[in-house]
Amino acid sequence: MNIFVLVKRTFDTEEKIVIANGKIQDDGAEYIINPYDEYAIEEAIQLRDANSGKVTVVTIGGEDAEKQLRTALAMGADEAVLINTEDDLDELDQYSTAVILAEYLKDKEVDLILAGNVAIDGGTGQVGPRVADLLGINYVTTITDLEIDGTNVKIVRDIEGDSEVIETSLPLLVTAQQGLNEPRYPSLPGIMKAKKKPLAELELDDLDIDEDDVEVKVETVDVYLPPQKAAGRVLEGELADQVKELVNLLHSEAKVV
Amino acid sequence: MANKVLVLGEVRDGVLRNVSFEAIAAAKQIADGAEVVGVLLGDSVTSLASELIAYGADRVVTVEHPHLKSYTSDGFSQAFLAVYEEEKPEAIVFGHTSLGKDLSPKIASKLQSGLISDVTEIEGSGEGALFIRPIYSGKAFEKVKIKDGIVFVTIRPNNIAPLEKDASRTGEVATLAVDIQNLRTIIKEVVRKASTGVDLSEAKVVVAGGRGVKSAEGFEPLQQLADVLGGAVGASRGACDADYCDYSLQIGQTGKVVTPDLYIACGISGAIQHLAGMSNSKVIVAINKDPEANIFKVADYGIVGDLFEVVPMLVEEFKALKVNS
Ligand SMILES: Cc1cc2nc3c(=O)[nH]c(=O)nc-3n(C[C@H](O)[C@H](O)[C@H](O)COP(=O)(O)OP(=O)(O)OC[C@H]3O[C@@H](n4cnc5c(N)ncnc54)[C@H](O)[C@@H]3O)c2cc1C
Ligand SMILES: Cc1cc2nc3c(=O)[nH]c(=O)nc-3n(C[C@H](O)[C@H](O)[C@H](O)COP(=O)(O)OP(=O)(O)OC[C@H]3O[C@@H](n4cnc5c(N)ncnc54)[C@H](O)[C@@H]3O)c2cc1C
Repeated sequence: MNIFVLVKRTFDTEEKIVIANGKIQDDGAEYIINPYDEYAIEEAIQLRDANSGKVTVVTIGGEDAEKQLRTALAMGADEAVLINTEDDLDELDQYSTAVILAEYLKDKEVDLILAGNVAIDGGTGQVGPRVADLLGINYVTTITDLEIDGTNVKIVRDIEGDSEVIETSLPLLVTAQQGLNEPRYPSLPGIMKAKKKPLAELELDDLDIDEDDVEVKVETVDVYLPPQKAAGRVLEGELADQVKELVNLLHSEAKVV
Repeated sequence: MANKVLVLGEVRDGVLRNVSFEAIAAAKQIADGAEVVGVLLGDSVTSLASELIAYGADRVVTVEHPHLKSYTSDGFSQAFLAVYEEEKPEAIVFGHTSLGKDLSPKIASKLQSGLISDVTEIEGSGEGALFIRPIYSGKAFEKVKIKDGIVFVTIRPNNIAPLEKDASRTGEVATLAVDIQNLRTIIKEVVRKASTGVDLSEAKVVVAGGRGVKSAEGFEPLQQLADVLGGAVGASRGACDADYCDYSLQIGQTGKVVTPDLYIACGISGAIQHLAGMSNSKVIVAINKDPEANIFKVADYGIVGDLFEVVPMLVEEFKALKVNS
């Protein structure tokens, strides 16, 4: 099976956001593989081990994204591709990201593409479905279970807490939801092996993409932090009185019940 | 600016979701006086058209087809794009729901357009409208606009107030015949797991439990509190990891992001990843036995105490409040 995983490098979930000059500051920030993409990588590795084939992880990013690709290789992916847009593009949006990924994937004879359900930074969940549409293949989002038998695919997906059982077929793109699997940690031998695994670096030219074809459709006007909340009130006194006071405050002061 | 705005009305279990009325309000703001057209897709949805009109739609176009009984991206995109071709709107609004998240990128891709997902606020109206959306799961916000082309947005439930319902409003309801074929996805069954009818992302009140709840049974008093308040139960990842509840209840950076009027955190320490998913709630209450717990830093009201004592007392107090008011 020819499997591709779309991987995004994101801030560590522990990071606090700092903004200066209308931009999010990234100096010194720790980065991780987008957590949902870890589920996608894990699922891809398990499928390859069960069916044979190859797992290729792909990211669009700068030079620094190599680290996350090496982590994916250490987990067990076979090859990695870094599409480096640093020199060509100042901006990317979901439209341009998807166009670039689809241009890379279009002649790869893919059986299955796995992506994250959403990136925890940009947070739109658009990239997976857009890539599938550009490639003309079907997609299923927020999956929590995947079974493949030949070209037949059985999926359970999460729809706002309920589960939907679906049948479809390859080629297919799926996006991973929490609960799909337990992503493994890279092992020491895995990390050693990853250093020798192929990691290709491509630029827009290599994909025959013209900068005009990937001009962004969405423009960011401003970035800011949520308003600081005033310190709250911890109630005091007998527990029973605190409970009465709380209900009273919620009813009369906050007016939410 | 827009000549007209299309709004997808989302139907679940035979009723329109509240987010669809919020989407009409958003569309009105974008339309700035131009027409707002509701779109209903399904196998028997035309009877719901008048409700969209009562909430502000000027008219409604419906597509009815047996293949639209359940949502599939193939079926719904064919139907919606047929309406699009007929109407040629300059703006589109969907709810940022499970369905809206799945469908909107496909439509945007077909239209080669930008798409602003998960909008919580619209600033200004008409041509100058700017869209505010959370990034980093609510740790920050960005203000964005579409550079050119269709203004396509999805709005997060519970953030943009719907207009007052006016049952006396009237408008045209037309049905468009569309041939829907080649569905590549077959839905075999839907397994209901969400315990109450109230959806977590749309709930006005969320009662969330953490590792402090200690067991699956420990969630029962929380469910009772949610029931009295007409709310939904949520959880921290700590509680999900410990198997006290399903991952679909998880709130936070890698779970659901919720913005209810009232969020009651019970036995949750307030890790940064959890705060990302709930700190923009209007009013936050924390119940925790550790006075140093981080959750108190974002709480409007806090009670230091054992949740197994406090929660049942709250249930009784709210019941009493209901009887008296
Ligand atoms: C080099 C670079 C420059 C950027 N410049 C700007 C800018 O100027 N302004 C701005 O607003 N934003 C910028 N971005 C952010 C970018 O527009 C979005 O992050 C990107 O379009 C993905 O959108 P999202 O975060 O909503 O992902 P989602 O659609 O939520 O992601 C869902 C899934 O799609 C896949 N995916 C997403 N992004 C990538 C990727 N880069 N590579 C591989 N797979 C991916 C992953 O599987 C992910 O889990 C930049 C990003 C990069 C990498
Ligand atoms: C990549 C990544 C993503 C993550 N994403 C999320 C996410 O989306 N959502 C999320 O929630 N977490 C997430 N986490 C986990 C997060 O870091 C915390 O581990 C988690 O939120 C802790 O859950 P908790 O507050 O329930 O448990 P704990 O931190 O163990 O807190 C339990 C609290 O209960 C209190 N308590 C105990 N008994 C009682 C009692 N009887 N009465 C009252 N109080 C009591 C304790 O004082 C304590 O404060 C993520 C972590 C990582 C690394």
